[in-house]
Amino acid sequence: MENIIEVKNLTKKFNGFTAVDNISFSVGKGEVFAFLGPNGAGKTTTIKILTTLLHPTSGELHINGYNPLHEHNKVRQSFGIVFQDPSLDDELTAFENLEFHGVLYGLKEKKARRDRIEEMLKFVELWDRKDELVKKFSGGMKRRLEIARGLIHLPEILFLDEPTLGLDPQTRNHIWTYIEKLNKERQLTVFLTTHYMEEAEKISHRIAIMDHGKIVAMGTAEDLKKQTGKDSLEDAFLKLTGDGLRDENASAAEGMRQHRAMWRR
Amino acid sequence: MNAIYILWLRQIKRYLRSRARIVGSLGQPILFLVALGFGFGPVYAKAGGGNYLEFLAPGVIAMSILFTAVFSGIEIIWDRQFGFLKETLVAPVSRLKIMFGRTLGGATVAVLQGVIVLCLTFIFGFRIYSLAMLPMALLFMFLIALLFTALGTAIASVLEDMQGFQLIMNFLVMPIFFLSGALFPLTNLPKAIATVTKIDPLTYGIDGLRGALIGVSHFSLHTDLLVMSAITFILIIVGAYLFTKIEV
Ligand SMILES: Nc1ncnc2c1ncn2[C@@H]1O[C@H](COP(=O)(O)OP(=O)(O)O)[C@@H](O)[C@H]1O
Ligand SMILES: [Mg+2]
Repeated sequence: MENIIEVKNLTKKFNGFTAVDNISFSVGKGEVFAFLGPNGAGKTTTIKILTTLLHPTSGELHINGYNPLHEHNKVRQSFGIVFQDPSLDDELTAFENLEFHGVLYGLKEKKARRDRIEEMLKFVELWDRKDELVKKFSGGMKRRLEIARGLIHLPEILFLDEPTLGLDPQTRNHIWTYIEKLNKERQLTVFLTTHYMEEAEKISHRIAIMDHGKIVAMGTAEDLKKQTGKDSLEDAFLKLTGDGLRDENASAAEGMRQHRAMWRR
Repeated sequence: MNAIYILWLRQIKRYLRSRARIVGSLGQPILFLVALGFGFGPVYAKAGGGNYLEFLAPGVIAMSILFTAVFSGIEIIWDRQFGFLKETLVAPVSRLKIMFGRTLGGATVAVLQGVIVLCLTFIFGFRIYSLAMLPMALLFMFLIALLFTALGTAIASVLEDMQGFQLIMNFLVMPIFFLSGALFPLTNLPKAIATVTKIDPLTYGIDGLRGALIGVSHFSLHTDLLVMSAITFILIIVGAYLFTKIEV
């Protein structure tokens, strides 16, 4: 299998604090790869570096054959992303949000762009709501819209940072169905992070467990269970990362989000 | 369609959809026209200043442009907090284009607001002295809008959240407005105030606008145009530079 993401000795420091600590991994074309780790492990920071939003302190990166440090726009054209926190314009309609994205990604021809938007809105079952302002959407609808948006420009890779956090089981199930379909039918490479073990296990080909900025174990769910001698991924995860609470380092926004997610459950 | 256009369009759409904001922001200019225009008018006329409403109207138009423009620039902080900024920064478009699109959009919105206030002043009896000078007036309105949207963008690029907003309003935007000659003529001022008004860029914007609208100005229109263009240019460069440094 050809690698579409390659990361070697990646490190990111924030004023002396090491958020990502010398990690190396690669993701094959068409693979579904999951980062699993407690809060503050460095998952979002890693995604931000891979997607050109942050500069690494050191390390080598290749995304779809391009270097994110020098070939920004080629890398950006290669992936779609669903951020951990919502990133839609609430004052625009669903359609306008996707149109904005399409134009920014160079879909200049109007008819082709609109066809593509229609196709993706139908895919996430939001076509009949296309002219509603996004502020009227539920959390689950926003997430689906963000997935549709991330796919408008036919990316090779889809990054999903905790795409199901805070959503009800029905919506979560739907979202994973879309992702599986995209992966199977179009060989889309998916890089995701999640808190939900059973979801990681069900959908991903390989899992990397991250803790304190380091990758502590990597392999298929079976590998990880075998390696730790446990029969569930959850037990394997706890054995690898310990069972201490991990919210001390969370940023204010992150903390609030966790809080909200906790109360929703 | 290209990136700059769609970023511009987004600002326009957001503006036209916020009816409450448009109507709400007319309260202040109306208050200024009524309280100052009619309140001070008689005293001003008695002191030999002429028609105060005529003098005041360009200042009030510039005021609403100033506030709308700074606010449009500062909106980047909202976009950062509500996450939309990430969507634009991760797109395969240079930051410079993103900054241009936003700034042009913000400036257009501010000019629209200024035109609405200009129409309002007609209700209060204000009259333009020459229709041929209207394009010149619009040019000055656009320069004021562009300059202060770029300033807002520069400020928003270095502010983390809305905490500093009040500080900026009270210690930068308000002084820029009150010390600009929007409300009083620039002649016979105490030395200190005269100096401050001369380094306030809005002074030249308002002076130019006044020259175009009522045919009376303190400096020459050339000076006003030159100073406004130069400062706008510099602030766009500074704003663009700071914008490219944003990390999310
Ligand atoms: N911009 C930043 N400045 C300083 N510290 C940060 C910044 N972003 C993240 N961190 C810290 O880096 C660590 C990893 O964060 P993050 O990547 O968001 O973790 P995860 O997504 O795994 O929960 C946390 O301790 C977080 O507080
Ligand atoms: Mg995270």
